Amino acid sequence: MEKFVCNICGYVYDPEKGDPDNGIAPGTAFADLPESWVCPDCGATTDEFEKAE
Amino acid sequence: MNKVFKAEKISANVWWVGASDWNVRNFHGYLTSRGSTYNAYLIIDEKVTLVDTVKAPFADEMLARIRSVIDPEKIDYIISNHAEPDHSGALPAAVAAIKPEKIFTSVAGAKTLTAYCGDLGYTAVKTGDAVDLGQGKCTFVDTKMLHWPDSMVCYYDRDKVLFSQDAFGMHLAGSYLWADMYDWSVLEQEVRKYFANILNLYSDKVIALLDSLPGLGLDIEVIAPDHGPMWRQELEKIIALYRDCAQQNPRPKALVAYATMWNATKCCAEAFADGVRSKGVEVELADLNVCDRSDIMTKASLSGIIALGAPTMNNQVFPLMADVLNYLKGLRIKNKLGFAFGSCGWSGEGAKQIAAAFEEMKIQQPCPMKQVKYMPTEADLEEFFNTGAALAQELLEKLK
Ligand SMILES: Cc1cc2nc3c(=O)[nH]c(=O)nc-3n(C[C@H](O)[C@H](O)[C@H](O)COP(=O)(O)O)c2cc1C
Ligand SMILES: [Fe+2]
Ligand SMILES: [Fe+2]
Ligand SMILES: [Zn+2]
Repeated sequence: MEKFVCNICGYVYDPEKGDPDNGIAPGTAFADLPESWVCPDCGATTDEFEKAE
Repeated sequence: MNKVFKAEKISANVWWVGASDWNVRNFHGYLTSRGSTYNAYLIIDEKVTLVDTVKAPFADEMLARIRSVIDPEKIDYIISNHAEPDHSGALPAAVAAIKPEKIFTSVAGAKTLTAYCGDLGYTAVKTGDAVDLGQGKCTFVDTKMLHWPDSMVCYYDRDKVLFSQDAFGMHLAGSYLWADMYDWSVLEQEVRKYFANILNLYSDKVIALLDSLPGLGLDIEVIAPDHGPMWRQELEKIIALYRDCAQQNPRPKALVAYATMWNATKCCAEAFADGVRSKGVEVELADLNVCDRSDIMTKASLSGIIALGAPTMNNQVFPLMADVLNYLKGLRIKNKLGFAFGSCGWSGEGAKQIAAAFEEMKIQQPCPMKQVKYMPTEADLEEFFNTGAALAQELLEKLK
């Protein structure tokens, strides 16, 4: 699964790890993140994210 | 306006060319009781370099200090470690006077500076990039979200100076440039206040950065932040203080902060505080009508117990408390025991909203919320006293 990087702060969303602190189970694809999910580092919404190279 | 200000040398080739804002008391909603400084630094090397600028109204002061050393047009480079207007406000004026060859900033910095100052032509740098100044070089380290996306620091190897932007800084205007010329207790207070109000929510990142510092292999002799005095002695002391702030370890202290209209909530607060004291735990009572939110946050960061009390007004928690709750939540305060209380007339949203906010902040509430109607009875006050004692006891157990 593809990683996505936050344009604002550089945080990398790794689907393998998910974001358990914010209720996102490991294995959750970026596209399946709930709309309410925001960058855990800077609070940016998902439209600020781009596929990591 | 003609201004006469002189630069001050901080190392063989670096000058302080910043500005003192002695009388600022409200810095974006942060009570700066001791004023502040906006530090800018001039590196005299084959490539003359200005590191950061000052808040816009102080541009003349900075340029006058620069002129006391060198004609601004002789400056080749500007480095912007942080795009916030207290450090970039004077950038357009500086660029006009200097006509720099290059302006270095982080990738995020280029975007943010464009928003604040227009496109002045930025060169984006990343961790590990370095710019050769001739005899020495400046190496950049990204410190994003400490405390803005654009934040970075840079290290000038010739004089072993780390330009740390807001990090390791404090709001303190004074006669001396060096931290070791001030009372440690003053420095500690102001550093803790700065950390609590600006960096607390990024504590984990601060710890990660401190852990990575040795690996960067920088031989640092001077830490030169963008606010307050510079550090040249016992650097491990300020670094340890930062680590201590970031760990947010609970302390044997209680903050009892309350808002009140007709003193009912105040009576409850006082009884609770007395109960805490009866267990030998230090307590501080703060009335939100007179105590600034930034001081509340600092006191909260130093306490193991935070008891918050407020009356209900118009079916809402009293506005001053809503402000503080919102602020504490944003700063992600943790490792506290919470207690919500208040007085109401009929509907009682006040204490309930405090308890709900604690829950949202994941702050444990070992004792249930307590709300009285109109004035507390003597039995109510006994109960508040006992709750204070019980929570203090719980804290002492936790700290064992
Ligand atoms: C201490 C501090 C914290 C901030 N936190 C955020 C934040 O979490 N999210 C955000 O989008 N902007 C944040 N900002 C940026 C401000 O919202 C931004 O600078 C804004 O343009 C300020 O508007 P103003 O000029 O009307 O005050 C923060 C600014 C400061 C000073
Ligand atoms: Fe800042
Ligand atoms: Fe600043
Ligand atoms: Zn982000």
